[in-house]
Amino acid sequence: MSYDAETIKKLNEMAKTLRRDVVEMVGPGQAGHFGGSFSSAELITALYFSKMHYDPKNPKLADRDRFLLSKGHVAVIQYAAMARAGYFPVEELSTLKKIGSRLQGHPDVKKLPGIEANTGSLGQGLSIALGISLGLKLDNLPSRVYVLIGDGELDEGQIWEGAMAAANFKADNLVAIVDRNRIQATDFTAKRMDSGDIPAKWAAFGWNVIEIDGHDMEAVLAAYDEAETVKGKPTVIIANTVKGKGLSFAENTAAYHNGTLTEELYAKALEELK
Amino acid sequence: MSETNCRTAYGKTLVELGRENKNIVALEADLGKSTMSSLFEAEFPERHFEMGIAEANMASTAAGLALAGKIPFIHSFAVFAAGRDYDQLRQTVGIGGLKVRVCGSSAGLSDFSDGSTHQSVEDIALMRAIPGMTVICPADANETVAAVKAMVDIDGPAYIRICRNPIELITEENKPFEIGKPYIMKDGSDIALFATGIMVTKALEAAKALEGEISVRVINVPTLKPINRNLMIEVAKGCRGVVTAEEHSLIGGLGSIVSVMLSEECKPIGFVGIHDQYGCSAHNYEELLEYYGLTTEKVIEKVREINKIAK
Repeated sequence: MSYDAETIKKLNEMAKTLRRDVVEMVGPGQAGHFGGSFSSAELITALYFSKMHYDPKNPKLADRDRFLLSKGHVAVIQYAAMARAGYFPVEELSTLKKIGSRLQGHPDVKKLPGIEANTGSLGQGLSIALGISLGLKLDNLPSRVYVLIGDGELDEGQIWEGAMAAANFKADNLVAIVDRNRIQATDFTAKRMDSGDIPAKWAAFGWNVIEIDGHDMEAVLAAYDEAETVKGKPTVIIANTVKGKGLSFAENTAAYHNGTLTEELYAKALEELK
Repeated sequence: MSETNCRTAYGKTLVELGRENKNIVALEADLGKSTMSSLFEAEFPERHFEMGIAEANMASTAAGLALAGKIPFIHSFAVFAAGRDYDQLRQTVGIGGLKVRVCGSSAGLSDFSDGSTHQSVEDIALMRAIPGMTVICPADANETVAAVKAMVDIDGPAYIRICRNPIELITEENKPFEIGKPYIMKDGSDIALFATGIMVTKALEAAKALEGEISVRVINVPTLKPINRNLMIEVAKGCRGVVTAEEHSLIGGLGSIVSVMLSEECKPIGFVGIHDQYGCSAHNYEELLEYYGLTTEKVIEKVREINKIAK
């Protein structure tokens, strides 16, 4: 499927809107996961505003596609996408992390309709997504399951248990997306735990591997489309991204993995994301 | 069912439930011939998922299946089922309130041969600490059947602890089983003897041996969570002292539960259980239970001791 320039432009604008929502939601003086949210903005935008089949008015729609945020710490960008998609009013974003808010620091399935699972204890989202994909197959549902994983998260052993199992069960309704921003909580992944040749590792585990520029909207959409055509094995999209993408001062640094904006930087961020 | 092995009773019951409810699925971590999930696999291969030796992935995959509307039963030895995948059970199954059923097989010291790494002395404590988790420890095969059936409809996660070895049948076949209810197995008026799992048999033997000397009320506590304080007080009413017996660490098990529940009753309480230590290998189960003081004789001793100080 090809996408016209207008569609791509609109999606790119939406990605920018989500980034701005995140900045406003977190606000100045509070720590927020800007880095990993911004690296995955296009990946999430393409799912919620083009690829996925769902109904925000009926979050339990049986044949909906599922999205799981294994790197649950960037819940803020998923909340922005869900609000813009119509799951809840955009104004509710301002309740983030307030006592009693449905918008918890990590996604909570019991609190917010549209969230598919409690994730964020890293390394577990892929396995959960596999369970959903097996359940969908038992029910002969055509739905697809997307799970976004951080590249730092690949340190977790359970990722590789899940990878082995998904290939074993030929879970071709499952798509893993690795947000390869090359920075984990405290430093570059290569310095903290060098995960080596990531595409080769997934291929060796029996996955169909697609490598893209994770900020190129057309490439992101094409990857999701290609994944749909692959039968008999799951697909992983290795999305090369930039941590903090879109904010000049937050790009490619671990400082804004979970960083705090001063009043000055907050204003600068909103200016840059106009 | 004249089946005395809890594992076999468990496996057969799961098959029976699988026939009635197509949403029931089973996940196994390569111990199916021990946990007896192999019976389910034989009858429902399409609803059985062999996950290999990867318990963490098994627990999270089960969470996903539950999120897709299934009722997954996951299987391993209790020490792994409650320990290796504790985080997965807490984070996704527990917080999400998902209908995942955990079968902790070869529980307690019942895998006598394999030693400390394969024996679970703290699984009840771990599982009870997860908010919303139901925890069941049946006394024999009949009660295992009843408990597994009762587990299906629990709205939230549940854990069942299964003994590896045959146990004499002490509960009636097809007796009604209510989650959360303690059962008086034998009435008595001096000492309330609470027991769970394999220790219920020994508690009954102790009560019988003490007949004419001390009147012992034996209370079987198959549900270790949820626990109803009023019910626990009620079943101990009139007795001057209390003794608990369990094949589990005294930290976080039945002894801890009874102490908390009866804290305002001001009765002396004595404990038979494992004292903050790991298991070890032995040539047979009885020999190992004796080594850890989990015998009828030790229960009798403890009842006498408490009876002496109880006013």
